[in-house]
Amino acid sequence: MPVTGLVAMALIMLLAQCGRQPRKADEVTYNTHIRPILSDKCFKCHGPDASKRKSDFRLDTEAGAYAVLKGQADKHGIVPGHPDKSEVYLRISSEDPEYMMPPPESNLSLAHEEIELIRKWISAGARYEKHWSFIPPAITEVPKVNNDSWPANEIDHFILRKLEEKNLRPNDIKYDAFLLKRMMHDITGLPPDIQMQDEFLSDPGSQKYEAMVDRALASPHYGEKMAILWMDIARYADSHGYQDDGLRTMWPWRDWVIHAFNSNYDYRKFITWQLAGDLLPDAGMESVLATGFNRNHKITQEGGVIDEEYRIEYVTDRTNTVGKGLLAMTFECAKCHDHKYDPISQKDYFSTFAFFNQVNEKGLYGDITVASLADPPYMTITSRDKEGPLKFLSKADTGAVRVMIMKDSLRKTYILDRGAYDHPAAEIGVGTPEAILKYDTSTYGTNRLGFAKWMFDPKNPLTARVFVNLMWQEFFGRGLVRTSGDFGLQGDLPSHPQMLDWLACDFMTHGWNIKRLVRQIVMSSAYKQTSVVTQAHLDNDPENVFLARGPRVRLSAELLKDHILSASGLLNPTIGGPSIKPYQPKGLWEAATSGRGQLATYVEDTEDKRYRRGLYHFIKRTVPPPAMLIFDASNRDQCQVSRATTSTPLQSLVLMNDRQVLEASRYMAYTLAGQISDENKLITGLYRKILCRLPKKEETKAVRQYYSEVLKNMDDQKARAILGFGGHKLHDGADTKTVASIMQVVQMIFNLEETSMR
Amino acid sequence: MNHPFFEHRLNINRRHFLGKLSVGLGSMALGSLLIKDLFNNPGQVSEHLMTGLPHFAPKAKRVIYLFQNGAPSQLESFDYKPALSRMFGQDLPESIRNGQRLTGMTANQDKFPMVGSYFPFKQYGQSGTWVSDLFPNMAKIVDDLCIVKSMHTEAINHDPALTFMQTGAQQGNRPSMGAWLSYGLGSENQNLPAFCVLLSKGKGNGQGVYSKLWTNGFLDSKHQGVQFSNSEERVLYLHDQDGLTADDRRKMLDKLNELNNIGFEEVGDPGIRDKIGQFELAYRMQTAVPEITDITRESDSVIRMYGPECLMPGTYASNCLLARKLSEAGVRFVQIYHQGWDQHANLVGEMPMQAMDVDRASAALVTDLKQRGLLEETLVIWGGEFGRTNYCQGPLSADSYGRDHHPRAYTIWMAGGGIKPGIVYGETDEFGYNIIENPVHVNDFHATVLHLLGLDHEKLVYRHLGRRYRLTDVAGKVVDDIIV
Repeated sequence: MPVTGLVAMALIMLLAQCGRQPRKADEVTYNTHIRPILSDKCFKCHGPDASKRKSDFRLDTEAGAYAVLKGQADKHGIVPGHPDKSEVYLRISSEDPEYMMPPPESNLSLAHEEIELIRKWISAGARYEKHWSFIPPAITEVPKVNNDSWPANEIDHFILRKLEEKNLRPNDIKYDAFLLKRMMHDITGLPPDIQMQDEFLSDPGSQKYEAMVDRALASPHYGEKMAILWMDIARYADSHGYQDDGLRTMWPWRDWVIHAFNSNYDYRKFITWQLAGDLLPDAGMESVLATGFNRNHKITQEGGVIDEEYRIEYVTDRTNTVGKGLLAMTFECAKCHDHKYDPISQKDYFSTFAFFNQVNEKGLYGDITVASLADPPYMTITSRDKEGPLKFLSKADTGAVRVMIMKDSLRKTYILDRGAYDHPAAEIGVGTPEAILKYDTSTYGTNRLGFAKWMFDPKNPLTARVFVNLMWQEFFGRGLVRTSGDFGLQGDLPSHPQMLDWLACDFMTHGWNIKRLVRQIVMSSAYKQTSVVTQAHLDNDPENVFLARGPRVRLSAELLKDHILSASGLLNPTIGGPSIKPYQPKGLWEAATSGRGQLATYVEDTEDKRYRRGLYHFIKRTVPPPAMLIFDASNRDQCQVSRATTSTPLQSLVLMNDRQVLEASRYMAYTLAGQISDENKLITGLYRKILCRLPKKEETKAVRQYYSEVLKNMDDQKARAILGFGGHKLHDGADTKTVASIMQVVQMIFNLEETSMR
Repeated sequence: MNHPFFEHRLNINRRHFLGKLSVGLGSMALGSLLIKDLFNNPGQVSEHLMTGLPHFAPKAKRVIYLFQNGAPSQLESFDYKPALSRMFGQDLPESIRNGQRLTGMTANQDKFPMVGSYFPFKQYGQSGTWVSDLFPNMAKIVDDLCIVKSMHTEAINHDPALTFMQTGAQQGNRPSMGAWLSYGLGSENQNLPAFCVLLSKGKGNGQGVYSKLWTNGFLDSKHQGVQFSNSEERVLYLHDQDGLTADDRRKMLDKLNELNNIGFEEVGDPGIRDKIGQFELAYRMQTAVPEITDITRESDSVIRMYGPECLMPGTYASNCLLARKLSEAGVRFVQIYHQGWDQHANLVGEMPMQAMDVDRASAALVTDLKQRGLLEETLVIWGGEFGRTNYCQGPLSADSYGRDHHPRAYTIWMAGGGIKPGIVYGETDEFGYNIIENPVHVNDFHATVLHLLGLDHEKLVYRHLGRRYRLTDVAGKVVDDIIV
């Protein structure tokens, strides 16, 4: 094979690996092929950050790249059409350590395939393109597909078109128990009960499925499920964070989020209220409560800190949260210097910062000894308010509650030199990065409400895309843009760019209707197809980027808990109210505390408070609930837009030994002990409740064997030891040996891999 | 106290022996997980693949970090300043303070009266190193230590300073040192976490600790420090419930594997196989952890060296002994925190109690490692998050004073793991306020620790949200002078 053939081979392999296949082998485009390389390997020194730019040469703009090099009148970084005259190509292909780029000391290097791509791109004219996410989404035509019986809606046309291009076949659609379980978990966070299963499986089909979807969307548990994602983004917690980490009362804000999702507030209202509900012309208690979003950041209670240092931290956190969570931009990189990759200058950063810098607040309101549950500005919610404008709030806590909210006063904002609180430089007004969308104060105004208007300007290229992507991630386990918090130059490219744009436009033209979007997703064949994995899947698309199979994702920490409680019958489905303290290994708070404040010791809740859903777990930031963190829950330190799904031995230990799981097993064993005369029936019941499906013959046989083995080795003493714990009262009369043995069976089924998946 | 001491030990041994019969003595696999660990999460491989780790031959294989939480005074421990005693009560010259910002606790003081150490110093070892009378056992091993008197930091309050020392950033959810090492080097022992955390409390004014100090940050959660509890159950969720034996657990797992395999046949998801592996690993941990953490099997001479407190779980001494055992078994990074070092007031009363807690066991740990031939490959670090002011906070008298936070100069010591023994590095001025020779910034300290472990701090990177992060952010220089 000639050398050029080898290069072409390597190129094809690289492209196949990245999943970016140009239609023609020699079609190299800036956005798809070149920018990811330049951004990752070159822009750090030759990009937007003017202060760190080397040799005054910038490669992120056409003008900069084509210009005459400083001090070298006859040389240009790039000469379109002529790689051999382009200093960029000559240097990246050189092996001379004095001359080559990137320089050896940067620890960065380009692969041969990457150098070859750049050569081709320069040969073809080195055409630059605006970064994809800064171009407003345009509605695209829904692509045609060969197999038109598979698609259920527009989503499927986009998905199937890609699959057909890659010669991949999607899985079958089966209206079976697996699908029902997946959909119910995704929408309500709870498994379908036996009645639902019966109803669905008696007449399985598209119509029945649709009816089930609508029922799930109407369930009040939908809001709870969606709130989990939003609590991560909003870094919600029940303590202030930092070292003494006292109690705070932000739960009414969390309950508002549940309420907002359940009432299907459109996304524009949902966000506008959170950003600027206090500034609306018709602001009311509810819209003001929503602004608590901006106050969920950590607050110090360490005596002796420098007030302004921390106040700046809070404003920074607000700015970064909005950047990452709502715009998928890594704003924080531009606080100390111009962004190294994205067109966000330090000036841009502080102009956005200015919106959130008006709060009439201090860095420290006194240390933990004068513990404040809510630092000013705050609102006070009385029991009367809970009868009136805030009817959705839990009435469990009858006293008045203070919740931190937004309230502006006028404060000047300065660019902070190197981001340091004590180095104010030039004064600056409000604004946003122009590369996203120019901020015109006469159109939008100069406060947070203006910022919200800017976000929802139809020309804003990010807002709709970012949220649609988050929702996709919620249902498919991974975003269309995998880096759901970074749509910038260093972020991943969308796997289905046209579909992302189509969905974003469709979302906007239909009034930012969230439930409608969710419905669209779960009604698609892409979602409904089975998640069976074949060798061909693993060979061609191990990460399931192209969705030739349905999503199979591990339940989140909260949902796993909910699932076990719900299946066992122990779940207390109460919605909202102050967070709860369930079982937790003893001594964790006590070992870490300074001894000051209300959260020095962990006082476990009693009765069925412990069996509330996982999203109500009390989050003390400095000692977050260990079982939750082991299953990748957020520590709520900062805004987080996606969670990892790891698999570790500590997770197995939790499933085997966490009291919550044991207690659910024990409770379930008691409730089922009466059916022991028919073992098959009992096992079927267990499978239906826990796995939401019927057991296979071989499974029933295996479980029966296990049960009889356990029973054989059981004696009274052992049974009493096994059952002798737990707060839930159990009725007498059942044979302890039988119950203890059934408990082992239940426990094993809770530990099945399938139980934690949906 | 000899007789009751042995009697006590004997009782503990008896109890443990009887209790352990059912667990069995399964042997531990000390298989190396080097590198391999990086590859077991397919989602991360393409992006974060790092070849050729470690970057060069490591001097140390493991770290034990004895963190003195709250910031022990350098002026009453290792940084001997007789001039301060002579200048008792005199106001700190403005030229020396030179613009240093103050905490909110002393910012409003109208005077900054200097005060020297209440406790006398003497010289020890071949190196003739000055150590205060509060640390007689550490004094005996000065020839094994490298005392760095020129540490400096940027933070002035506990939370940001601790976070800076442990994660390389004052704010933000960055991975801590142990997490970076777990990520970079993996675990040497499959049955134990690569990064273990042990907590204890002293009797002095304390500041809390927080899990962000041992967080994995943006790294995979398996790199998170595993906090050991001070109860019988050292690792959370480790023990099977009452009534169950290891044999019962084995049977359950066998059946679980059978059922999971039926699922695999149908669904084909390789994640199922992985899950089966994780349960087996958990099962092995259930045997391995109690064996390794059982300090009652230690010889009498070892117990005597660490002192009788080491037999009480949850004490600093007990954690030091446990740290040695975990480290010996291949745990990459053992992080100890001992609270109570925040002497804003009553330093003279509190500091002896704090020193009493840690002096004997810290020295014993170094000696113990040395006797086992492990000191060469184990880096031991002792120190806090900043230093304390040379002037008094609050009322001053000859035998009563306090000291505020001081970021500009503080002392830590290191031993073993490729560190030069028997040296003092760096120097402060006669006021004990400013560094006059060989400053070591926190970033430099991190770069040095990584270097000793065979890692180039500029190459140990992780790409997150479009940026390559390092423990040392964008700075840090290896302190070659203190490396063998």
